[in-house]
Amino acid sequence: MAGAGGGNDIQWCFSQVKGAVDDDVAEADIISTVEFNHSGELLATGDKGGRVVIFQQEQENKTQSHSRGEYNVYSTFQSHEPEFDYLKSLEIEEKINKIRWLPQKNAAQFLLSTNDKTIKLWKISERDKRPEGYNLKEEDGRYRDPTTVTTLRVPVFRPMDLMVEASPRRIFANAHTYHINSISINSDYETYLSADDLRINLWHLEITDRSFNIVDIKPANMEELTEVITAAEFHPNSCSTFVYSSSKGTIRLCDMRASALCDRHSKLFEEPEDPSNRSFFSEIISSISDVKFSHSGRYMMTRDYLSVKIWDLNMENRPVETYQVHEYLRSKLCSLYENDCIFDKFECCWNGSDSIVMTGSYNNFFRMFDRNTKRDITLEASRENNKPRTVLKPRKVCASGKRKKDEISVDSLDFNKKILHTAWHPKENIIAVATTNNLYIFQDKMN
Amino acid sequence: MAAPLGTGTFTEETGQEKQDTQEKDKAIPPERAEEAKLKAKYPNLGQKPGGSDFLMKRLQKGQKYFDSGDYNMAKAKMKNKQLPSAGPDKNLVTGDHIPTPQDLPQRKSSLVTSKLAG
Repeated sequence: MAGAGGGNDIQWCFSQVKGAVDDDVAEADIISTVEFNHSGELLATGDKGGRVVIFQQEQENKTQSHSRGEYNVYSTFQSHEPEFDYLKSLEIEEKINKIRWLPQKNAAQFLLSTNDKTIKLWKISERDKRPEGYNLKEEDGRYRDPTTVTTLRVPVFRPMDLMVEASPRRIFANAHTYHINSISINSDYETYLSADDLRINLWHLEITDRSFNIVDIKPANMEELTEVITAAEFHPNSCSTFVYSSSKGTIRLCDMRASALCDRHSKLFEEPEDPSNRSFFSEIISSISDVKFSHSGRYMMTRDYLSVKIWDLNMENRPVETYQVHEYLRSKLCSLYENDCIFDKFECCWNGSDSIVMTGSYNNFFRMFDRNTKRDITLEASRENNKPRTVLKPRKVCASGKRKKDEISVDSLDFNKKILHTAWHPKENIIAVATTNNLYIFQDKMN
Repeated sequence: MAAPLGTGTFTEETGQEKQDTQEKDKAIPPERAEEAKLKAKYPNLGQKPGGSDFLMKRLQKGQKYFDSGDYNMAKAKMKNKQLPSAGPDKNLVTGDHIPTPQDLPQRKSSLVTSKLAG
């Protein structure tokens, strides 16, 4: 981590920031998801207005060897629109909850994007040639009078300005009564799962009129409802294995080979709670907001309100590592409950080699934990730090007592500036950090 | 000395800080203190925060009720009289005023391109 010494520590520098500068944020501009594709060349964002913006990394410039390519807008489209379900008197938000990329199979790129109710498969393709020299059509498209044609020619493809087109190829609708929180593509690259508060469905990417229910935790009597599904993900290598997390802080691993309906878990991951520590807030802050497998598939990471936990899939009774994100908030839980911040859903992510994990916090701070060195760092996404190639200064929050210079006290933190969504390039030390309506890209300092 | 994982401490403990921590341990844990604060402010707060009431509210997000029967009957009644306008504050829809499609907040999709692409 920057500043602490040690040759292997990453020194993070500001690279780019996208989005408007103004303080008055329109609700539609609130970023709701960020995701790199499998090569890291493309970076997608979704927002509350149902729009997707895809950035593409420039090819590395041979003369500018001190920095990697910049990310520039590649494509932008309206993925979802607001809807009203008249039968249930339900307003369906167009907010994009998740984007997941498919691995690239041909020239086109494919991604899944979902709102609360409908998942869509989008094809993003490039067009850089167009046919010219038709016999029956003029260049502007008007038809020629066939009687005026005296010679024939073969139309040829000529280069044109690059056009990137996004088209919806599949729409997976009407399978979720409750609000979709996760989608995850299977390692077989043919199927994917979608999870809402109470159910998980399995889809085939080619088939939109049918979906299999694989998890159903809806109780017969809704009065007995005690927990909901908060996130779900397929194992990166084992195509029959997936996990789902709950609002009670548990993770269940299921094997689809065991039965068609995976209501009985194969493994249950839960850290025993110290009953003497139990309070009104215990269950709320134990609710898991995100679960992510490591790239290796050996570990999984969960994010609850105050911490990040790493679990070894071979050990169910407790996590192998726990990192405190902002423990100083434990003595502020009352006000965080009153302003609803206690329900904020933070995501987390792994770096490409599974050695570092990252998650967001308040005041536009984000945190990284190095699993090997056990060092952690707090950085800030702010336009004040935007000098390229200048190393970001670590931040420190003063929990109590005397505040040192350059520290910020807990009471000065801005709880409206939340970093809920972060993403790490699959191969390089490039990270994308979303504040409310801006996207920051940071890179490690290249010498 | 490296702080053990899970204790929530960032920094090394000096002699003075060790004493403070020991004092804290004897005192009420912070979560309980916060709970007491909350109960003092809202004495009627239910016992089970993660219970079904809270979860039910979460599941019902987005519910908006519109009764087409009421709407059409009111429209018929109003045919002879002039439809009362929403007044200066369009968000205030109360009393005898029957919401018309023009009064409801517009749920148009974003026609504007995202500012991230600007």
